[in-house]
Amino acid sequence: MTVGPSFKQYGGRGIIEMKLKANEKLDVEQLLEGLENYRPKRRGWHWRKKTPNAKIGPFVFKQMSENLEQSIPLPAAKYFDGIDPQPDCCITTEIASGRFEDDIRRMRMAAWHGADHIMVIRTAGQSHFDGLIEGSPEGIGGVPITRKQLRASRKALDLIEEEVGREINFHSYISGVAGPEMAVLQGEEGVNGAHQDPQYNVLYRNINMLRSFVDAAEAKTIMTAYDMAQIDGAHNANATARQAWKVMPELMVQHAINSMFSAKIGMKKENICLSTVPPTAPPAPCMSLDLPYAVALRDLFDEYKMRAQMNTKYMESCTREVTVTHTLNALLSRMTSADIQSTITPDEGRNVPWHYNNINGVNTAKQTLVGTDSLMDYISLNRDGELGEKIRELKERAILYMEEIIATGGYFTAVQNGFFVDSGFYPERNGDGIIRNIAGGIGANTIVERDSDYLAPVCNHFGQNNLPNGISHACDLIGGCTFEKPEKIVFVDEIDENDNVNIRMTEASKESKLGLLRPEVQWQNDGLVSMTMFLPTAERIAEFGAMEIAQRLGLLDVEVINKQVMHPAEGTLIELKGKVPFAIDPSQLTIPPLPKIISENEIRAYAAEHQLKVVAGTVGQDEHSVGLLEILDIKHGGIEGFGIKYSYLGTSVPVNKLIDAAIEEGADAVLISTIISHSDVHRDNMRKIDQYAREKGVRDKLIIVAGGTQVTNEIAIDSGMDAGFGRGTKGIHVASCLVEKLRSK
Amino acid sequence: MQRNDDFTKRRTILGALTDEQLKNRFWELAETIVAPMIAVAKSHTSPSIERSVLMRMGFSSAESKEIVNRCLEHNLLGKGAGHCILKLAELRNCDYSAAGALLAVGDGWTELQAVWRKGNN
Repeated sequence: MTVGPSFKQYGGRGIIEMKLKANEKLDVEQLLEGLENYRPKRRGWHWRKKTPNAKIGPFVFKQMSENLEQSIPLPAAKYFDGIDPQPDCCITTEIASGRFEDDIRRMRMAAWHGADHIMVIRTAGQSHFDGLIEGSPEGIGGVPITRKQLRASRKALDLIEEEVGREINFHSYISGVAGPEMAVLQGEEGVNGAHQDPQYNVLYRNINMLRSFVDAAEAKTIMTAYDMAQIDGAHNANATARQAWKVMPELMVQHAINSMFSAKIGMKKENICLSTVPPTAPPAPCMSLDLPYAVALRDLFDEYKMRAQMNTKYMESCTREVTVTHTLNALLSRMTSADIQSTITPDEGRNVPWHYNNINGVNTAKQTLVGTDSLMDYISLNRDGELGEKIRELKERAILYMEEIIATGGYFTAVQNGFFVDSGFYPERNGDGIIRNIAGGIGANTIVERDSDYLAPVCNHFGQNNLPNGISHACDLIGGCTFEKPEKIVFVDEIDENDNVNIRMTEASKESKLGLLRPEVQWQNDGLVSMTMFLPTAERIAEFGAMEIAQRLGLLDVEVINKQVMHPAEGTLIELKGKVPFAIDPSQLTIPPLPKIISENEIRAYAAEHQLKVVAGTVGQDEHSVGLLEILDIKHGGIEGFGIKYSYLGTSVPVNKLIDAAIEEGADAVLISTIISHSDVHRDNMRKIDQYAREKGVRDKLIIVAGGTQVTNEIAIDSGMDAGFGRGTKGIHVASCLVEKLRSK
Repeated sequence: MQRNDDFTKRRTILGALTDEQLKNRFWELAETIVAPMIAVAKSHTSPSIERSVLMRMGFSSAESKEIVNRCLEHNLLGKGAGHCILKLAELRNCDYSAAGALLAVGDGWTELQAVWRKGNN
């Protein structure tokens, strides 16, 4: 993979000593070693390298990007040579465990599934912190963004991007009352993108508006220097408004204010991304509302980038419902455009997101975008009818909105008058907008007018700066600032001796160091599992009944995370979570070896060359045929699909008949299916068929294989068979075994 | 403010514009709205901006906070916190990191105030 051109600017200290191996866990303790000297290997946002008309497996894709070197494809990829096409837009995952050491492992899993935009949520309250936090304290609903947390995460991502073979964008938040410092910190530590929108501060964090805009200008200048992508905060109006679809005109105005403000500061338009969310979700007729809005936005902002976020407002705890909404959102991205497809975890409505739900979110986006590749070559948007009218109307409403802002005395006055996040469909007004006073909020009266001789001896500084005569480059005054001389950056390790990563990891890794294993969804060894059960009763009884069942099964801290009424009286589906109160020792497990699998092509070639044939039937007093037919039949991936001919003699077949038929037809093998019985009839049947084959003098020529839900290879061999197969066996396992045994004859 | 949806009445002038004109109008308005914010940002600074300057000069977040707080107390933020450090380094004939360390513990501020009161830039 390529390394960014600015690599050398860092003085070559980006050398990575660690290397990840696919079969080894990322060693966080090792990652933290030498952190004080670590420098990120590149700067700036990275867009995927598009590959129009790429041949991937048996298909040609029009809207994909370069393949990964290592990845985990969608489950059905096994039917398509294991291909894992990567859509042309960046795919985001939002990670928020509150412990960066656990975030890091989740980032790696997400990257293997196709995420290349890792957004780390900040801990609650950090935006009101007037300054920076150092060390690695635990967060709530996110992590405290600190130099150590960023550096360790970036170092991990530098390794992970080498592992998967694609640049990974690391993302955080440059909002709150410490925006400029955050921007410096994040630029220095190799963060590639950030949310930055002073309107977010004003409306949702009640930070003084003058302070917010003055700080934002500096923060955006720094982000520009580090070539970071910026995502705005307009989507929050969507999430906050009582009826999200009514704020569409305002959303366009908020996007315009931040985009224009950023462009005036000097940020490249291709680094300015609109955070746009389809405003509605089913059971609303969402496409008829979301599509005109999406098109209107892209018409007006065609010079800017679209970060398509998924809807978070209209979601409950049903992960199926959320997944369908998110699929529709990604479909909308394909019908319009998306440069970054963000994802929300399907469990956001029930949990602090869990590891595997990050992966589920990423896969929902990937699956939809891959499945809808080149969709718009086949269909087109009909702008002549209602769609065109709605697009025009939304634009006009947005323009009227801006005209009234100006008429009322400008942005600051408009905010004071409660213009924003009013639930009316503008120009309708319901009088319930957010009101902020220009002299109020956090950080009020803290901006200071620059004196005529104001001086800041650093580059990438916005506004008036009176450099001494003869100096054109501000940081020449100090022999270079950290932008040019990263070695001047001061790394602060830990400040709180009780609340830090070392203490947490010592505790959390105790069991792992002994080789023990516990389930996990969020933090190392947290023990959490979920359980799904249907109870044939009404909702309340089902809820409390399910908790009782889980407690009796030994789970601790049981909580219902989703319930769905199937019928008011007939039954309720309950999903719950709880903690497993023990760890297991994997070294004590009896794990049978995997059956050897020969490639499909190799089996086909052998079967064709040797005209392979088998005789099969269910033996004993057994009328089951399903399992055996799945092993035989081409439709179910059976051995027939590899060119092996078979004679199926049916159910309850006497063993003699099978051997006689095999002799008569010149078969190479006999497959019998049997169920396990208490009276050991299954063993008797296996021994009988072995014995009969010996009596007929064909045992050496015939491969005899037994299968059944509870048959094991050991039981079968012990009873005279050549091999045995149990639950989960596929045709390819049996076919591989036959070829292998026949070859060794 | 409460108001019914009077879009049909308000849009009369806009109705005559082409899509291209509408788009131009949209961006002209955006430019007009942000102009005062750009102006206030050019002429003002804030504690966070000044702390970010000091961090870029190579001071830690804790030192930067300390220096900027004292700079505010001494009413010198309008000069720029980095400027204060460079000025003290010049007065004391020391390197700027040593000057910053002095200012962080409260040393040198009255000296700076005196110099700037005299109008010595």
